[in-house]
Amino acid sequence: MRAVGLSDSRTVGLLGAVVVALLSVSQTVRLSSQDTTRGKTVYVKWCAGCHGEDGKGDGPAAAYMLPRPRDFTGAVYQIRTTANGQLPTDADLMRSIDDGLFGTAMPGWKGRLSDAERRDVLAYLKTFSAFFADTTQRPVALAFGREPGSDARVGRQFYDSIGCRKCHGDQGRGDGPSAPTLKDDAGFPIFAADLAQSWRFNGGGDVAAIYRRLRTGLDGTPMPSFSDLIDQKFLTADELWHLAQYVRSLSPTRPPELRDVIHAPAARGALPAAPDDSAWNRVEPSWFPLVGQVIHKSRWFTPAIAGVWVQALHDGRALALRITWDDRSQSPDSAWRPFTQRVLASVAGDDSTPPAAALWPDQLIVQFPTKVPEGMERPYFLMGATTQPVYQWRWTSALRTSGRAVAGLARGIERFDSLPAGSAPAAQAVYDHGQWRLVLTRALATPDTADDLQFRTGRAIPVAFFGQDGSNGEFGTRMAVSTWYFLALDQPTPPRVFVTPVVAIAVTLGLGLVLVRRAQQRGTRA
Amino acid sequence: MRALGMMAVAVAGVVGLAAAGRSSQAGGTVAGKVRFTGAKPLMAKIDMSDESVCKAKYTAPPTEETVVVNANGTLANVFVYVKAGLPADYAAPAPAEDVVLDQNGCRYHPHVLGIRVGQKLAIKNSDGLLHNIKAMGKQNRPFNVSQPTSMTTERVFTAPEVMVPLECNVHGWMHAYLGVLPHSFFAVTGTDGSFSLKGLPPGTYTIEAWHEKYGTQVATVTVTAGGAKTQDFTFTAR
Repeated sequence: MRAVGLSDSRTVGLLGAVVVALLSVSQTVRLSSQDTTRGKTVYVKWCAGCHGEDGKGDGPAAAYMLPRPRDFTGAVYQIRTTANGQLPTDADLMRSIDDGLFGTAMPGWKGRLSDAERRDVLAYLKTFSAFFADTTQRPVALAFGREPGSDARVGRQFYDSIGCRKCHGDQGRGDGPSAPTLKDDAGFPIFAADLAQSWRFNGGGDVAAIYRRLRTGLDGTPMPSFSDLIDQKFLTADELWHLAQYVRSLSPTRPPELRDVIHAPAARGALPAAPDDSAWNRVEPSWFPLVGQVIHKSRWFTPAIAGVWVQALHDGRALALRITWDDRSQSPDSAWRPFTQRVLASVAGDDSTPPAAALWPDQLIVQFPTKVPEGMERPYFLMGATTQPVYQWRWTSALRTSGRAVAGLARGIERFDSLPAGSAPAAQAVYDHGQWRLVLTRALATPDTADDLQFRTGRAIPVAFFGQDGSNGEFGTRMAVSTWYFLALDQPTPPRVFVTPVVAIAVTLGLGLVLVRRAQQRGTRA
Repeated sequence: MRALGMMAVAVAGVVGLAAAGRSSQAGGTVAGKVRFTGAKPLMAKIDMSDESVCKAKYTAPPTEETVVVNANGTLANVFVYVKAGLPADYAAPAPAEDVVLDQNGCRYHPHVLGIRVGQKLAIKNSDGLLHNIKAMGKQNRPFNVSQPTSMTTERVFTAPEVMVPLECNVHGWMHAYLGVLPHSFFAVTGTDGSFSLKGLPPGTYTIEAWHEKYGTQVATVTVTAGGAKTQDFTFTAR
């Protein structure tokens, strides 16, 4: 029991529950080994749409997904507690069914299917591969030991010495030199994980989960196992734990919480126009997830940009927005072109033939209504409509040296009328190890009050974001989108806010003193 | 009872060995060449500029090894083996020595190789830089092992399979192919395009020639005790 790294009694209780569950699972499997009809019923209803009738990972929805759904016929599973290349345990399979695989299309089924249904479907999906019937294959969970005290510095040393950066990049954002060449076992393009987004790790983002992935590898993907390095004394188990701790330290302590409003505080000094100005360190970022644009043709099901971090500041005259997002490639980049082609060839779309890969740039769009709305009504989130356009700032990596983004009115996803360059926001961007940091700055009020949004403080201004990674084959309507959120420019604090309390205190104190003195005088007289 | 069982096993072993020895003395041979016709395809140059250690091992830029046509018009890296025809009870122990696959100059040496079920594959990293070695068999369980430095990793294959693809994901151009067989009647064509399968018990065999790009060809050959048969194969450019 100690081998699993218990931290408190609750874990023990949980483990006990798991053991009990496991025992009952194996019993169920044994009992129903001749009869998997119930499991098949569940499978056909809930799983076959993606995983296919025959478990080959080729259901009708599969062609719209990268990574593809699991092909059960090979019995090769990424998320396991067993040694590299081994079959998963029933508990491993049950965990993936219960919790789903984060960062993929696989949802958790715990609340949706009953315990019996999930056990039945587990038994049924094992029938797709002869390996599970082979009695010489005995999946055994590895002993993972206990997590030592944290030492991310040692972890970083091993991050370098075992070559993690080759795929995951120097800062871990999945932008290493080998990243554009990666394929899974079936030959589909696959991204090296962005280690700064641990909440999207397929098998979970805590240190113990990361350590298990390092020990077992992610079978079927390019991610190897590092267990042999412990056996061969290249590193110790503790050092591998430290590596897991270092990897964990690359992500926020807690998964980002979605909030609806971006608060733009009033800046104390000049607005920071440069992306790496230290003034930005004092402004809290808000996270907004992006999803594929699947409403308008050509739809896009496999966007590369998971979301954007947004910060805002204003000084009463101008607004500065800082948008930070992880992107494995500084597009256009010819090294990624074969990858682009593989993505376009792998993902089903609305075109009869997939488009040929080109060197598309990266793009980021910020969208507002043309006027601060009085009520709750907002234009259509997906780039407005002919009757009700939206006001947008469009920045692309191709414009990077110009120092400007383009301002314009979108009247639906396919029509964008740019406004004269005079009203365009200033733009400064930095690409740094798999991350774009962009600052867009514009005056709150402009001469073109008809077309340009006139920003006002103290109001909730609708805002939305769109992103494209050119190297992932994203161009035109192939993009990642958000819904409407709000931007609120805090009211500058008027001087009387500071003066009034001081005056009030002084007056109270003065009156008090007068009262006390009068009382004393009365006392002396008496 | 147990002692009796052990003795029976020992006797069976001796008999088996003797049978194997006898068959190799009196066995027949199938030999031949693998020819190549048509236009020799141009192999892409490999850009190793990110790996100076590997790049320095070549005087001329290395090329991919998908199709290697020899000077005498034969095809190298063809795996020729007995696919069927051995007696059902044919058994011979796997050799004790390892089969070595070396990663040198960011390429696999050899590019195509054979191994016996149960025999050890020693995967050697002579480059001293990060390779991962991934085996993607269907009959055998897969593996994917990291080798960040000069080291050797051993693995065993449990089921016959032609072929198990091997690859390195750090260097996308690195591919090797491993034929896993329950017998030793296999060969890989080299610089002269020839192969020879010796010591075959008399019988009729299906011989298959496998190439990574051009697929497979089969021939049926009857071997007599001590006899030698010639069986050539021809692959055509496409």
